[in-house]
Amino acid sequence: MNTDASLPDAAGHPVVDTVAMILSAIADVAPELEPELADLDHDTDLWTELELDSMDHLAVMTRLATQSGRDIPERDYPRLTTVNELRDYLRASD
Amino acid sequence: MNDSAELDQSCFDYLLPSLGADMDEGRVVEWRVAVGDTVHRGDLMAVVETEKSDIDIEIWHDGVVEEFLVEIGELIDVGTPIIRLRHLEADGGAAETAGAPSSRPSRPAPPPAGAEASAAPPEVTVAPPDASVAPPEPTPIAGTDRRVPASPYARRLAAERGLDLATIEGTGPRGAVIGADVRRIATPPVASASTTAPERQRTPASMRALIAERMSRANREIPHYHLARDVDVGALDAWLAERNANRPITERVLPAACLIRAVALAAAKHREFNGAWVDDHAEPAESVNVAMAISLRRGGLVTPHVEAADRRSLDEVMERLNELVAAARSGTLRASWMTGSTITITHLGDTGADLVHGIISPPQLALVGFGRSRRRPWVIEDLVTIRPIVTATLAADHRATDGAAGSRFLATIAHHLEHPEDL
Repeated sequence: MNTDASLPDAAGHPVVDTVAMILSAIADVAPELEPELADLDHDTDLWTELELDSMDHLAVMTRLATQSGRDIPERDYPRLTTVNELRDYLRASD
Repeated sequence: MNDSAELDQSCFDYLLPSLGADMDEGRVVEWRVAVGDTVHRGDLMAVVETEKSDIDIEIWHDGVVEEFLVEIGELIDVGTPIIRLRHLEADGGAAETAGAPSSRPSRPAPPPAGAEASAAPPEVTVAPPDASVAPPEPTPIAGTDRRVPASPYARRLAAERGLDLATIEGTGPRGAVIGADVRRIATPPVASASTTAPERQRTPASMRALIAERMSRANREIPHYHLARDVDVGALDAWLAERNANRPITERVLPAACLIRAVALAAAKHREFNGAWVDDHAEPAESVNVAMAISLRRGGLVTPHVEAADRRSLDEVMERLNELVAAARSGTLRASWMTGSTITITHLGDTGADLVHGIISPPQLALVGFGRSRRRPWVIEDLVTIRPIVTATLAADHRATDGAAGSRFLATIAHHLEHPEDL
């Protein structure tokens, strides 16, 4: 289950491809990782898997916060380690 | 030291700057200005490709672009004039003189020994000393009078090659030894001919070779000593967490910025660790330009710096660090971020090893390393407790300082990290 691109939004909000947004934020920060993103397991710890450091982490989170229009407090970082966790988190806050 | 006098009074040449102690040549891959453009101090002039990355180079004078002096893609030596500009102040008579080609070749070919001869220290030529910006070369505090007159570039070259400046005949202003004089002695004339230099590409392998060369030199020439000290970063973590909790994500600060501030404040106090080893002595620098080793995923690393990090706020340091990392990873570093570093930090991050015994980046005097933060038993007032501990290490040049001074330097760094509210 690697994409939610076509899922309608239950609350009737505009449909946003959250996974695509997450992957594109990572690709923005680390363009050289783009080829790997297609095969990325969405339930694996992406920071470890992709060897993203704290600067990359902040850069990705900043992009996601900006694009989703909501802040991501530092205390939530520990439970935002996979693509699917990030997707659920960002969708829940819509 | 203004080469415009050699041309005529209305024009001056912008020279290919050295974008690091290890850069001898580069190539312009893109112009960021056009002929006729009026440029101002700080404007981006061109993108220069070096072995390490593509770098935006800036100008430090106002002027009007007259003509380009090199071709896109042409491999040229550091110090080669690349753009001719007309002074803004000289607008009146500039048009005619600037158009007269007789006094100046329109495209000075860089001869083997002439490339630096026209302007030995390129940074000094285009960038007058200015306290508000990073000095391109570590600035000597005192003691320059008694020495052989020589450009900073020549001093560095001579130091790198183990040559005594007093034995070299200078051909620069007032007989000063310039880079070309050193190179003439140190290398066969043909060796530096830019036109015969082989085509090179910026590959991980060539960056590896560059790092290999620099680190070998550092190990060969610098008698290192290494010190370590464990630092309790519990207070820092708590302080940062509370500070960041009240701020939007774009204003949050990472521990790395705190490390830069702590080292900068300590280096400002312990000046003997901030600067360069030139000839046979340490030259402390006035500005504290803290370089940060940033690893690149394709391999290798770059070390751009935060200039005057001792005089910036923590937020400003964080902002610049964000810029540096993004630029390093996208290959768009600016020249002014790469030249004039006075001390370097290597930070292994939270997935790295416990501590690092670093190698100094020549001609600097010290490198400060930080290992990962780990929870360790820690004794506070006869009680064993668990605290997050980071091991800070110092690699310093034993020619310049001794272990006792190094210990005090590390203690000052630890003190700043243990009192984060003052960062």
